[in-house]
Formats: sequence, C-alpha cells, structure tokens
Amino acid sequence: MTTTSDDQPGTPDGPAWTGKHLLGLQDLSAAEITAILDQAAEFKSRSLENNQKLDLLDGTVVANLFFEPSTRTRTSFSLAAKRLSADTIDFSASGSSLSKGETFIDTARNIEAMGASLVVVRHSSPGAPHQLARRIDAGVLNAGDGTHEHPTQALLDLFTIREHRGSFDGLTVTLVGDILHSRVARSNIWGLKKLGARVIVCGPSTLIPPRIEELGVEVSHRLDDVLGETDCINLLRIQFERQRGAFFPSIREYTHFYGMNSERLKAARPDVMIMAPGPINRGVELSQEVADGPHSVILDQVTNGLAVRMACLYLLKREQDRGGVR
Amino acid sequence: MIRVLIRGGRVIDPASGRDEVSDVWLIDGLVAESPDSDLAVDLEVDATGKIVCPGLIETQAMLQEPGWDDDETIASGMAAAVAGGVTSVACLPETQPVVDNRAAVEFIRQQAGRVGACHVFAIGAVTKHRQGEELAEIGQLVEGGAVALSDGKRPVANAEVMRRGLEYARMFGCRVFHHPQVPELVAGGVMHEGLYSTLLGLGGMPAEAEEILVARDVALAEMTGGSLHLMTISTAASVDIVRRARARGVDVTASVTPHHLVLTDAEMQTFDANCKVDPPLRSEEHIKALIEGLVDGTIEVISSDHRPVPAEEKELELDLAPFGIVGLETLLPLCVRALIDSERMDWPQLIALLTTGPAKVLGVDKGTLGLGAIADVVVIDPDVEWTIDPAAFRSRCSNSPFGGWQVRGRVESVFVEGQRVFCIEDSD
Repeated sequence: MTTTSDDQPGTPDGPAWTGKHLLGLQDLSAAEITAILDQAAEFKSRSLENNQKLDLLDGTVVANLFFEPSTRTRTSFSLAAKRLSADTIDFSASGSSLSKGETFIDTARNIEAMGASLVVVRHSSPGAPHQLARRIDAGVLNAGDGTHEHPTQALLDLFTIREHRGSFDGLTVTLVGDILHSRVARSNIWGLKKLGARVIVCGPSTLIPPRIEELGVEVSHRLDDVLGETDCINLLRIQFERQRGAFFPSIREYTHFYGMNSERLKAARPDVMIMAPGPINRGVELSQEVADGPHSVILDQVTNGLAVRMACLYLLKREQDRGGVR
Repeated sequence: MIRVLIRGGRVIDPASGRDEVSDVWLIDGLVAESPDSDLAVDLEVDATGKIVCPGLIETQAMLQEPGWDDDETIASGMAAAVAGGVTSVACLPETQPVVDNRAAVEFIRQQAGRVGACHVFAIGAVTKHRQGEELAEIGQLVEGGAVALSDGKRPVANAEVMRRGLEYARMFGCRVFHHPQVPELVAGGVMHEGLYSTLLGLGGMPAEAEEILVARDVALAEMTGGSLHLMTISTAASVDIVRRARARGVDVTASVTPHHLVLTDAEMQTFDANCKVDPPLRSEEHIKALIEGLVDGTIEVISSDHRPVPAEEKELELDLAPFGIVGLETLLPLCVRALIDSERMDWPQLIALLTTGPAKVLGVDKGTLGLGAIADVVVIDPDVEWTIDPAAFRSRCSNSPFGGWQVRGRVESVFVEGQRVFCIEDSD
C-alpha cells in the first residue's frame, strides 16, 4: 500500500485542507486551493503518468448523483474514484425528476444509506449541493450546480495554468462568452482572484451579469481589445440550454465578435494559452484549427481534471477519517 | 351578559388618536363605557405595563382552502391569526377552485363562520380563473361578501383588462389589489437581481419589473378614478411613484411585509428556500426607502403576506420551491424589530399600520376601540423578549426563516367580539 498522509502540504499546525465538503471556490482560501492543486500534482505524477492505480480509497463508496446530463464530468469523477480504488455508484436522472414524490434530497439519502461516504452532485438548480450538504452526513462534492459554481472545473483550469506558467503573478486570464449562465466563469473568477491573477470577462453585454465588477474583474465587450494583454483565454461554451429568449442576434454575429480563430490568434500574445471547459461548439467559440492547434491545452485540461478530482475525493475522505469537520 | 375588564393598560387607538393609561370594558361583544354600578366581571385582565389596542388586521393571507387544505385550512389559518394578534384576515383567492364566483365567496364565509375564532374576509378574483383575460363576476362577488378584488400573486399583465377591472370595480366601491410585476422580466427568477444573484447564479427578478407595473397601475387608477392597492411593494422607486401619485390625489394605497424590512437579498447565500419570497428580498437601499415610505404615510399597511408552504416543497431545489413565508405569527415582533427597536416610529404609528390602514384598504368597519365598536382587542407585552420557534406555530406549515430569532414584543391576549380567543399562558 502506498501512503501519502505523512507528506501533506500545509502548515506545521496541520494540513491546509480540512473541509468536509467541496461546494464552491467562493468559500476557499488560497491555501486550501493550493493544497488541492499540490495533491493533484502528486497524483498526476504518481498515478496518471505511470498508469498506476492507488489504493487510498479502498473500501470507500463514492456516489455520482447526476441530476443533469453530463458525460465528461461524470466519467472523470467516476474514473478518478476508481483510480483510487473506491467503489462507485452512478445515478443519473434526466432533469429534476421529481414531481410530488421523492425529492432530490430523498434520492441522496437513499444512496447514502447504501454506504456512500462521498457524494458527487451535479444539478441544474443553484445551491442544490449546499441544500444536500445540510441534510446528509456524507461529504458533498459539487460537480456543477446550475449557473452557480463548478469548483472542480475551475480547479483543473487553475492546475493547467499553473502547470504551464508556474505562478499566477502578473498573469491575465480572459474568460470569454456567456458569463451570465456560466458556473465555470464564477468558480474561475473566485479561484483566479484568490491566487493573484488579473481577470477580464469578455462577452456581449446581455451575457454579462450585473455588478460582476464587484468581484474584482474587468469587463470588456470586445475580444480584439483585450487579446494583446491576455496570457490565457478561456472560451466558455454558449449555454444554449440555459438561455431563455434571445441574448444575441445570431451565432454568426457572436462568432464574428467572440469566436477564437487563426486570425485572432495572430493578434494574441505568442505564448497565449487557449483553454475551453468543453464540450466545445466547434466553429462557434473557437475554430477547428485553434482547438487542435499548438496553443490549445484543451486535452491537458481533461487529463488534469482526473488528477484534480482524485485530489478532491482523497482530501475529503482523509478529513472524514480524521474526524475533522469544518 | 359577558363583561370583560382589561385593567390599567396603555390604550392605543389610532382611529381616535387615543393613547392613555386606562381601563377598557368589553360588554356583550362591544367596547363599552365603564359601568356605573358594581356589576360582576366575568374576566379581568391585568394589563399594567401592556399595550391594549384594536385587533390587528391582515389584508392578504393565503388560507389554502378550498384546494390545499393539507397545507392550511381556514380554521388553522384563523388559529395562526389570533396567535399573532390578528382578529380580521382577508384571504386571497389563490384557491382551487378560484374564488371567482359568488358561491366560492360564500363557502369561505361559511367555513369561517363555523370556526368563529376571528373575522375572515374573502377577496374575490378580478378575472375568471385568475387568468387575466376576462373579468370575473365582480358584482356578484361583492354581493356574496367579497371585500376586495385580486388575482393574488398573478399579475394582470394585460393593461386593457386592468383598466376595465379598475373601472368596473369602482362601481361597487371595491379596491383592486394588485401584485405589480412584469411577468416576462421575472420569468425563471428566484431572487432580487443584483450582486447576490450574480454571485449565486440564481435567476434575477429586477426591481424594475415591479416599478414598471406600479407606474402603469397608477396611471390606470388615475385614468379610471378606480381604487388601487399595490400589494407588498418592495423597491425604492415603487415607493416614490406611489408617493407622488398620492400627492396628486390618485386613490392608491400600498403595503409592505415585515420580512422585506428585516432581511436582504444577501440572505439567499444560505440557499434556504424559506427566504424565497415574491416579491423577492431586496437590498439595503430599498429597505431604507420602504421604511421612509411607512414613516411619511405613503405606505399605510403592513401585511404578513402569510403563505404556508409545506416542508417537502420548501426542500425542493431553489428553482422549484414555491415562494412564500408563513407570516401571521411573526407579524408583530418583526414590525417591532424593524420600526420600534430601530426608533423609526412609535407604537401608535405602528399600530395604525396594522389596524386603521388595513381597515381602510379593505373597506371594513374594524380596527378601532371606539365606544360601541365590535370588541376585537389585543393585549401586547411590548418589552418581553422571546424566541421564534416555527415548530410551535398554529399554522399547518412552518416555512419561516425566522426560527431562532430573538425578538421583542408579544401578543398576550386576544379578544374577538368580546370573547377571549387566545391567551399566552394557555398556549405555553
């Protein structure tokens, strides 16, 4: 058996991560975020790069409760749990099942009664994981709640940036597109600001939520204006399924102003990183050649997602075993 | 003959401007002069150090009957009312079937009459099935006993229908109660649109959605000469529009809820569906304006906007959980916290907002301790501190974000038509 508990990142007084749940990055400190990233780096080299399964969660049951369709996040969490030797339960319900009958909390309690001690939740309603965390004993990991937060996506974005750039000092990250409906944007803003990056949000005025500047970000409506000062461009997916009504006149017009293509790449910094949380709409947020080009780190993000999710599952379980409750 | 003597309290009767330490006699269900002879007293209440005032009047409660009597009945709603010091309740027609015809009004009056714990007034629908398309049979609703007209929380979006409703209701001397909110601006909304909706990713309900219809409704009331009541306004500009309209002589009244005075949209960070209300909790600057509106008389009514929602529905996802706070039993202490503890007004001003203001808006002959008036009386201990416990509510539901709050001011005794219907000692 391989152990890691003797060389945890943290202060001499204890580990930096002591949380019971992972609900969002808004509530985390820079030290807590760094603790997760450091753990993920270790798992990446120890497990993923050697294709080595670890037995750290042997005997633990991890439940993936997906009340909203998802392929990559669910698969990533599921594989992360298996790489740590956990048993997994996958539960998917399309939409919020529940007429008058079982509530989503009932569903989670049922799964918990089957022995799950970590519950990964994806839900279309903001706050659903927080509501759940109040009602069940298991640790809750938010795998995306409506338009609120998607902490593990932001963590893997942070991980990928740190891996390529080493640090966040003096770094400018631009989040492009549908900020209003994006949980990825919110979690990224919290994480990036806490770690010291400069953040620009860039999108049509109809897709920038009110008072977003108060989170410490700059707002731009023209990608061309900010390209030259940006180190990392994170191209958010247009959330067709979350939009009611028309927020912009046409996809063609959107792509005209915000689509990342080879021409815009020429105007960008030579070492610019192109990121996208996926699934991408090819030809909308970014063109084929940019998505598959040398600046793109999109597939690194997917690999890193696995490492980050292993770290989150492991750290939560470690604190559970330690009896630490925050 | 039933004689009740309430001795030595601070008697506050805003209808007559009375505010003095005095005895109050209730004889045979009416407020009476002190009898000359030494007649036997059936019940004597020592009100030293207490406030004695008219029973409070609620202008808009959901009593859920007919249709949702799992969640509340007229009887349980009345029990909640008297426990909150409320002796007259007007109930909204958000029932199944809708109270849009005479028979439905009479059903409510009959159910209330069977219980008899307090007075219940029915509000009829403005439009058939509350659909906002065709006028309901307003004249017959009024003949059946409806005191006001409203489609409840469903706005009359069509301006033409609202215009005709105001015009037609005027003929019967009835006020139209309206929930001003442009439906398409709040579609999918869960909370006030602002910094916190941005942080939480929850659907926003902008202040302007309310203000646009407040302005429209005021214009229609001015045009038609109709009587308009704006139910539980919540924004600074709404207060301003109402203030200016009233100065011009438009017959418009407005109410606010106590929860809009003591909670802000920041509360939604708890993701507690008990904070999900319609209109939504707003930000500090709106609260400031609402309180100014109450202090200067622009807003004449405080309403608990009592809306029972069962726990299993409040446990749903925030997007799906119904709006509402169960309010009758916390009405008074929350008002005390918002207005008396903060020294924004004195007791007679507050009691007017809970008695004479509501009586005027409903057009009912209640809310006074004048000689010969129906003896609906409340004895309040203004200083006692207590802790709100939703589990102890008489309402069938406990959807309140105020559980555990330390509050001041409590209803001690309640009389309806001279009979004691609530006494705090019996209830503990």
